[in-house]
Amino acid sequence: MPLNREFIGREYPAEETYEVSREMIRRFAEAIGDTSPAYTDVDAAKAHGYTDVIAPPTFLTVLGFRVRDGGPLSDPALGLDYSLVVHGEQRFVHHRPIVAGDVLSMTSSVIDVRDAGRNELLTTKMAVTAAAGEPVSDLYSTIVSRGTAAVTA
Amino acid sequence: MTAKVRYADVEVGTELPPQQFRVTRADLVRYAGASGDFNVIHWNERVAKSVGLPNVIAHGMFTMAEAGRIVTDWAGDPGAVTEYGVRFSAPVPVADDDKGTTLEVRAVVAEKLDDNRVAVDLDARVGDSKVLAKARAVVRLA
Repeated sequence: MPLNREFIGREYPAEETYEVSREMIRRFAEAIGDTSPAYTDVDAAKAHGYTDVIAPPTFLTVLGFRVRDGGPLSDPALGLDYSLVVHGEQRFVHHRPIVAGDVLSMTSSVIDVRDAGRNELLTTKMAVTAAAGEPVSDLYSTIVSRGTAAVTA
Repeated sequence: MTAKVRYADVEVGTELPPQQFRVTRADLVRYAGASGDFNVIHWNERVAKSVGLPNVIAHGMFTMAEAGRIVTDWAGDPGAVTEYGVRFSAPVPVADDDKGTTLEVRAVVAEKLDDNRVAVDLDARVGDSKVLAKARAVVRLA
């Protein structure tokens, strides 16, 4: 069944904030095998001009799994069947690095739904801000909904 | 930010030192825990094969993170990466063995931008299979 295109433009502010901790950064950096001291050593991070350890460029992927339940993809009215979904594209735009201690707020929105052959492509944007609405990062994610495009004769 | 590579020393066509990453099942389990992505196709071979995959496959975001290290290692300051985007063009199967799967990553400076930034195009392969497409990072150099 095709996805509900009325969702394009809808915004879903997350109810919870996400506090970035040194330990979560350390665990993520270890999981990707990255030994850069900027992730684990406060003095090394300060030598780069940061106030605390910073997070790897793809760290904010953790947010998607924290706020998905309240986001557009879990809204039954969208008509998304997760068993048909694969991750198509991902892009991070960082206005500044993520620093331990940041308390992040997230707003997700559906920015595009379109056909690609028999599949549909759904693109979401998650705008991530720190205290006082300071822009931190924008995450663009395109998922492929396999075989759900409306069939045209 | 204090990248160790100088903008003035880089030209379009400058190649970054290539890297290889070995990916094992243990890596996928560790990444699942750290990222919160517990999708069964990344750790359960029975389920992965039942939905038509060749084997357990790596998280796309794990492949993206590993490939991105070619840029952060080169720049010397991971906070210098201001943009990073990829298309997931083929799965990365990871068999249940100690050998793992080898991800080979190359990268080249594609464009010099303003504000000391450069665009770097990445090429990530497993054997002959190109696993990331349209992979580009923007990094601010010294």
